[in-house]
Amino acid sequence: MKRYDGGVIALGGVSLECAAGKVTALVGRSGCGKTTLLNLCGAMDFPTSGEVEVAGRVTSGLGDAQLTGLRRTKIGFVFQFFQLLPALTAIENIELPLLLAGARNTMAAARERLRWVGLEEKAEALPYQLSGGQMQRVAIARALVHDPAILVADEPTGNLDTASGDGVLKLIRRAADEFGAAVVMATHSAEAAAIADVRVRMRDGHIESVEPC
Amino acid sequence: MLRAALFRRLILRPLRRDVPRTALTLASIALGIAVVIAIELSGNAATGSFQSSMETLVGKVDYEITANGGVDEKALVKLAALPLNVRFSPVIEQPVVIAGITSARRASTTLYGIDLIAAGGSGGTSDGTFEPKKLETFAVVSDDLAARLNWKKGDSIELRGRERSRRFTIERIATGQNTAAAQELLGMYGKLDRIEAFLGPGEGDPAEKAIRAAVPATWDVETPGARSEENRRMLRAFRWNLRILSYISLLVGAFLIYNTIAVSVVRRRAEIGILRALGTSARGVLLVFLGEAAMLGLIGSLLGIVLGRVLAAALLRMISDTVNALFTTSAPGAIALSPLSVIAAILTGTGVAVISALIPAREAARVAPAEAMRRAIVEHETRLHIRRDLMWAAALALIAYGLAQMGPIDGRPLAGYASTLCAVGAAALISPAFVMGSIRLLRVSLKRVAGAAGLIAGRSLVASLARTSIIVTALATAIAMMVSVGVMVGSFRETVEVWLDNQLRADLYMRAEGLGSAGIFPPIAAAVPGIAAKVPGVAQVDVLHAFEFHYEGTRATLGGGNMNVVRRHRFIRFLSGDEDSILSSLPGHDRAIVTEPFADKHHVHLGDVLQIPLGARTVPLTVAGIYYDYSSDRGMVLVDRSTLLKYLPDQPVTNVAIYLQPGADSTTVRHELEARLADYPLLIAPNEVLRRGAVEVFDRTFAVTWALEAVAIVVAMLGAANSLLALVLDRRREIGLIRYLGADSAQVRSMILTEAGLLGLLAGVLGLALGMALSLVLIYVVNKQSFGWTIQFHPPIALLAGALVLVWAVTVVAGLYPARFATRLQPAEVVHEE
Repeated sequence: MKRYDGGVIALGGVSLECAAGKVTALVGRSGCGKTTLLNLCGAMDFPTSGEVEVAGRVTSGLGDAQLTGLRRTKIGFVFQFFQLLPALTAIENIELPLLLAGARNTMAAARERLRWVGLEEKAEALPYQLSGGQMQRVAIARALVHDPAILVADEPTGNLDTASGDGVLKLIRRAADEFGAAVVMATHSAEAAAIADVRVRMRDGHIESVEPC
Repeated sequence: MLRAALFRRLILRPLRRDVPRTALTLASIALGIAVVIAIELSGNAATGSFQSSMETLVGKVDYEITANGGVDEKALVKLAALPLNVRFSPVIEQPVVIAGITSARRASTTLYGIDLIAAGGSGGTSDGTFEPKKLETFAVVSDDLAARLNWKKGDSIELRGRERSRRFTIERIATGQNTAAAQELLGMYGKLDRIEAFLGPGEGDPAEKAIRAAVPATWDVETPGARSEENRRMLRAFRWNLRILSYISLLVGAFLIYNTIAVSVVRRRAEIGILRALGTSARGVLLVFLGEAAMLGLIGSLLGIVLGRVLAAALLRMISDTVNALFTTSAPGAIALSPLSVIAAILTGTGVAVISALIPAREAARVAPAEAMRRAIVEHETRLHIRRDLMWAAALALIAYGLAQMGPIDGRPLAGYASTLCAVGAAALISPAFVMGSIRLLRVSLKRVAGAAGLIAGRSLVASLARTSIIVTALATAIAMMVSVGVMVGSFRETVEVWLDNQLRADLYMRAEGLGSAGIFPPIAAAVPGIAAKVPGVAQVDVLHAFEFHYEGTRATLGGGNMNVVRRHRFIRFLSGDEDSILSSLPGHDRAIVTEPFADKHHVHLGDVLQIPLGARTVPLTVAGIYYDYSSDRGMVLVDRSTLLKYLPDQPVTNVAIYLQPGADSTTVRHELEARLADYPLLIAPNEVLRRGAVEVFDRTFAVTWALEAVAIVVAMLGAANSLLALVLDRRREIGLIRYLGADSAQVRSMILTEAGLLGLLAGVLGLALGMALSLVLIYVVNKQSFGWTIQFHPPIALLAGALVLVWAVTVVAGLYPARFATRLQPAEVVHEE
């Protein structure tokens, strides 16, 4: 359960397992608890009661440094509004998680992921020089650059046109298939839900149904 | 009403929410204003008390009659015989030493000898007449001197004069305004310092004409106000330079106001767009943001006035020490915060704030309805303007150069000041290109050294170019001020030290006891040089007869020395010509050498003939040489003593220099001199003590300058903290994001501190370059035109390097609070808040 200050219960009675190599889509209206659940999965928040286990580690028992370590190595994030750092080029945005983790040969790994999302030629472009679809592809490359065990995606196509959204969804699907990441994706879109292996329908902070696709 | 509501919504609420930033902004304005106020108030107090404290005792003096080398007392007889209703009072005004007081500062006072019987008729001594027989031991002491030394009526005091000591009884404690005044009756020496004239009812201009006609034409008959005015004129350059320095803090504050309002506009862009869409006029938006600046300016000014009053008290001693050491004798007056200076401070603070806010406020007014333009676009525009800005910078630099070539205007280096302002403007315009270019150069190294923190810090500073360049400019201006003044003072110090080496070649020096100050030359008893010459170990005794004299409406020093001795022992650097032949041309001729400041002030050239009034004659002195001298900016004319004594045979010796025989022990000779001259109030100092004393005076003189610089640096540091905090607030989503991407608190902190360090580094480099340029203007234009001194360029490299490292370290420290703020942001909240 997750209860916020003031007594609002954002999430209650939720029990869910997201498997590696599978895409789990969280669907439901705005305010139903999707983002809260994603934050719990991404080790950005703790449940008020209950447990969240990410890549074999229970997050509630971890300190700030261990949580940061977990995010550095096991978790990748994709956001609705891309959230690229405007001052960094595409390649630098991708390289950033590796630099934060103190890795070596960061540029080669970043270039490899950029190639994987098909934007090799945009390596030196700044975010404002990219289209929305391109920015989201760069964001996906960044989320996958450190081979995370779990990819958390919050409305990844919510700010894109259909064509760009389709391209992004294909990449997310490939992330699960090729890298074996457990993808947890919150979405309103039927197209996005269509690529999922499991569809979790949420309502008022509860899981209404879990449907294999 | 609408504007008031807008002001509350757009300005007051955010200011209240951002208490640390609001406080930092107010503190920078307050400090800027405080420095200006403090310099003005302490300057006024230090220079505003020239009027003789005698005025309160003897009534208002209408005319003072003075002459170079002293007034012959016989003139009194002639004046008294005039068919005028005018009372004439002879006055002797000399420094004396109070016996039994150990502290030099406390032991020195001014002794006024006046004719109390004559003065008895005027308002000051209205409590009765004086008994002639008591007059010989009668003393009146000023109330502040009495309070200082715990004296009361009836006490017996001993005063040490040139020839002997005498005891006096305090008969009255006078309510003097503010100076240490003491008076006693002394026998006349045949010479007076001045005669004071008090006009009776019905007397006016004809009386002045009659007085002028009765005294030699070379004498001065002037109102006491003229003397105060002359002092003020003399101090004008000194005060202007302090003022200009204080304005630099205000200028740094102005950059910070600009930054604050710019941040305010950028952060509320979306809100402005919405308000415009809802019908708010562009003018309304403009006024709201100017209102923010005015409010910050007003509150900052009020705080600054209070702080400035406190600072003024601290600065007063430093400034009056300088005034006394370099210019003229004055006791500090009371610090008076007049309503006019309060209003001026408020207008200045608010005005500077509003003017600084004009550009960002106009930008706010230009926001299109419903536009939520992002900062990136503003920053992009800044980048597009770089070429244009560089061209303007080049133009300004050229103007600065041109202005630096101009001469003084109305005796002031106004073009020099304008030149420094243009140079600062040019630096401000270069700043964006400089920041961008430097970070491009540093990019690879930053990433290599500081990893992700280095990468993001460098890039973020370029991404916020408009803001970054403003804070770099503000910091650079403060650093440039530090560097330029540092180079100027360092060069000056080195120049003075070399000059002292050349000047102070004797082993021992003697002068009359008491505090020495500019324009005061206490005489030494006539027997002293003869006694000194007989002391074993003494090879040669050199004497100087120095006194203050009037020349073309200003005061300078006239000295008579033995040029043959000077030629043998000292090294005088002349602007042109051979030292030996110049000095050897002086004895036996009406020829003089003059100091560079004297030549500068009076436009004197080699070969010119100076008409110097000496006693009752005007003596033509041919200028044989102009020499470098740094003792006082009032200037000096030096003649051979035979020439001086030809015209003023009674002129006393004021300084004695003693050269020892080879192998003689300086301490032994000094002790022997002290023993043989015990009856005379003399100070005998070895060479190194005099040198150290001179350097101490120099350092004390520039203490105020350093204090001002420290304030400018503090203002800039507050600005750096403020701007970094603004950058953090503005980029809180990005900071939250990098936490998502795996950054820990230490990495976020390191990122902000790296940004602070980079800002400090860039500002340091730009400030150093600007400071070096400004130092040239200060040394060769402002200083030369203000004081007439030629300073050799000697940058104090080690001191500068240390100061720059310190400033850089302080900038990094200024980043601590913003860094702490950044680490406390909640990533999940800030990433999703847009």
